[in-house]
Amino acid sequence: MWLTRPFNERSTRRFLGVLLGALVLVTVLHVAVPQGHPLHINAYTVNLFGKYLSYALLAVAVDLVWGYLGILSLGHGAFFALGGYAMGMYLMRQIGDRGVYGHPELPDFMVFLDWQSLPWYWAGFDMAWFAFPMVLLAPGALALVFGFLAFRSRVTGVYLSIITQALTFALMLAFFRNEMGFGGNNGLTDFREILGFNLRSDATRLGLFIASGVALALGYVLCRAIVGSKLGRVCVATRDAEARTRFLGYRVERVQLFVFVVSAMLAGLAGALYVPQVGIINPSEFSPLFSIEIVLWVALGGRATLYGAVIGAILVNYAKTVFTGVMPDAWLFALGGLFVLVTVLLPRGVAGLLAYRVQGRRRQHDEGTTGKEVSA
Amino acid sequence: MSNVPRPRPVEARCGAASGPVRRALLLLLLCLLMLPMGAQAQGEREAEAIALLEALDVRAYADKAHAIEAIVGNGDPRARDWLQALLDGRLQRTEAGRFVVVLDNRGRDWPVADALTGEPLGEISRRDLERLGINNALRNQLRSAIAVVDLHSPDLDQRRASAERLLGEVDAELAAPLAAVIEAETDSGVRRRLVQALAVYRLEQGEVAAVADLEGSLHPRVRVALSRAAGGDDPALAAAAGSALNAIEQLLKVNRAVETLYFGLSLGSVLVLAAIGLAITFGVMGVINMAHGELIMLGAYTTWAMQQLLPGQPGLALLLAIPAGFLVAALAGVAIERGVIQFLKGRPLETLLATFGISLILQQLVRTVISPLNRSVVTPEWMSGSIAINDALSLTLNRLYVLGFALLVFAALMLIMRRSRLGLEVRAVTQNRAMARAMGIRATRVDILTFALGSGVAGLAGVALSQLTNVGPNLGQNYIIDSFMVVVLGGVGNLWGTLVAGLSLGVINQVLEPWAGAVLAKIIVLVLIILFIQKRPRGLFPQQGRAAEG
Repeated sequence: MWLTRPFNERSTRRFLGVLLGALVLVTVLHVAVPQGHPLHINAYTVNLFGKYLSYALLAVAVDLVWGYLGILSLGHGAFFALGGYAMGMYLMRQIGDRGVYGHPELPDFMVFLDWQSLPWYWAGFDMAWFAFPMVLLAPGALALVFGFLAFRSRVTGVYLSIITQALTFALMLAFFRNEMGFGGNNGLTDFREILGFNLRSDATRLGLFIASGVALALGYVLCRAIVGSKLGRVCVATRDAEARTRFLGYRVERVQLFVFVVSAMLAGLAGALYVPQVGIINPSEFSPLFSIEIVLWVALGGRATLYGAVIGAILVNYAKTVFTGVMPDAWLFALGGLFVLVTVLLPRGVAGLLAYRVQGRRRQHDEGTTGKEVSA
Repeated sequence: MSNVPRPRPVEARCGAASGPVRRALLLLLLCLLMLPMGAQAQGEREAEAIALLEALDVRAYADKAHAIEAIVGNGDPRARDWLQALLDGRLQRTEAGRFVVVLDNRGRDWPVADALTGEPLGEISRRDLERLGINNALRNQLRSAIAVVDLHSPDLDQRRASAERLLGEVDAELAAPLAAVIEAETDSGVRRRLVQALAVYRLEQGEVAAVADLEGSLHPRVRVALSRAAGGDDPALAAAAGSALNAIEQLLKVNRAVETLYFGLSLGSVLVLAAIGLAITFGVMGVINMAHGELIMLGAYTTWAMQQLLPGQPGLALLLAIPAGFLVAALAGVAIERGVIQFLKGRPLETLLATFGISLILQQLVRTVISPLNRSVVTPEWMSGSIAINDALSLTLNRLYVLGFALLVFAALMLIMRRSRLGLEVRAVTQNRAMARAMGIRATRVDILTFALGSGVAGLAGVALSQLTNVGPNLGQNYIIDSFMVVVLGGVGNLWGTLVAGLSLGVINQVLEPWAGAVLAKIIVLVLIILFIQKRPRGLFPQQGRAAEG
């Protein structure tokens, strides 16, 4: 079965092992080691790790389309944010009448804007069975429509990148508007509980951290399964020689559309896991800068490896946490420098370095599937 | 301050006799002062002027009204200043009986100037000054008197300004002299305005014939008067005013359309300026330069730096900033090309990422070195203000200059690309690099020069933008996406396409804005572009032939 094949791969087993080990380790150090002990991991750090894991899932989603399909999406932040908004709407409805204005149905910002009733698109978001699928369906629908239009008319390469950037830019402008009914530039915040668990308790945070880890594992296996399947071979073929693949009789646009939608859904899932952990979703997640930053994570980690994307996301975000804490001004210098250095000096990323070392030690060739000839 | 004149202790004590005596004394004093000059005629004029002012210093307002008329009739060149000072309550009298104009009535001691000679007399305690009081009726009279005085002024600008002020302010008192002024007026513009001013008054009096004089005027006052008349009781007048009003509304619609077009073209010219450099680096060379916006920002900051270097001469600084901005941005562009882009040849997506990193570094550099806040760039005098086409439409000068500048830059670039050796080589390298090199063209040198040219044009865009928007670290970021849209929409590698796409995007934006709002208009435009690119993936004017494959 195609879905179980990834478990036969060495790299997948190793990745899952490391991820599982990290999850168990953090949980044990958080729960079992007493506070004050040097090895204790506090709730804040657990929360931070959870955030990194949801970013890592987002990076995997981007790597799927960029690394294996050759589509550089500069708008994946939009899918991430849409998933986040879907989750945010659910969390918003869970507040109920405990908001500042105490309205039984309307969120605070709507009461503030003097709205009388919920807009139609908020209907149903008070129920988890409706809201949670929307986390996948909303970004998926946008990707389906956008991808259908783009791939059908064979918009590829740089053009597609710029259009995806325009897409997320337009959405950012739209979500900044109060009239949209998503809280304007304040976004959605002040969440209380998820599925009945208090969002501010340490146990819930640990739960969300574990959920992010599990989602990352599932997402990784899914991507690995796609990549390893026949479909994945067509993807790589499309990436390397689109016209030739088309002439061989493959419906390239369908392949592109399918993988693009899957990737958008994964990004939406990442957003939905991210929002309860940071406690806010606002239009800045739609900003082109964020979307292009995601691409940097993937580039730094190494394209077309999937585990490289995870490494890149965690590395960059850890650096960001450190830098913005120590010297906030230097962060953009460091980020900008990373962009330049990675693209010029490290085209295969950290994963490329690792593979090189492994190669050197074993004196044998790589599997060959992990994109040695990655071209734009 | 109240209008009621305070009791005059001096006069009350000395009785009626004191006035003439004092006047005579003053006259004598003045004559004595004038004697050394030996100018008999001037002395007479001064005596007359003092007599005119003396006549103002009476208690009865009716007498003051006569005195004002006398001043207007006299035609003294200083009459306007006196009337204005009287209107403002600044025409006052010292204890010694001298007429002075208060220059500044704050604090305890007021600086004053002699009302006759205009020479400053230092500061005088407010207690020693006596104000010449006026009431509301006099105030109205003074206003029209000043207007009439201005209408007689030999200075055309003053007459024009006065005529502007009169529109809608004409009353019965002014109507009679106004007719005479109209007869005497030589300038047709002032005359038309005066006729309109009088016609508004006549319209208010119910005169149907007055409507004819108001037809086609776009002045809001005229429209107010006409719509009032259209709603009036007199059916003939109402009908005439109504039809005149309709015609004016039609004209206004045309005007509004022209205004929208102007603003659209102005916005479009900014887009063209921002995008045209990109059209060269991206369109012709195929290099995605995400730092293009920051090169624009560098140009804008060069303008600011120039103005800091040449304080007090914003115009000169701006003119010098044009070559300086070009050079700074071009050098930065060359540095980017040599430092990064040359290593990423043939990998457009990596180029995109690397140049994006450079844009972040440049932004942060400006924030750290200069300031995260916006810098203010002064608009020189010859660029501020506006040209009034008619009463409802005026075109702001700075936008007009930028529009002209954009077209100029475009024309220059067209010339370079089509007529110069460099343009030829650039096109050759673009179409077939290997073949061009085989023909002896140094492709690397062409790359550098092309990139310098495109970057320099971005610097020029920055110089122009500094006159329209805030100069800050985010300046470039705001234009980069729009610029790419313009280039993609116009068709990559086609400068004409960039011009057409930029200008039409600007106009579409402005047309959408009134009913959709600025943000929504922008969103709609972006969505339209996305849809448009589905239809024509290679833009408005796609490249044909072999160069298109790639």
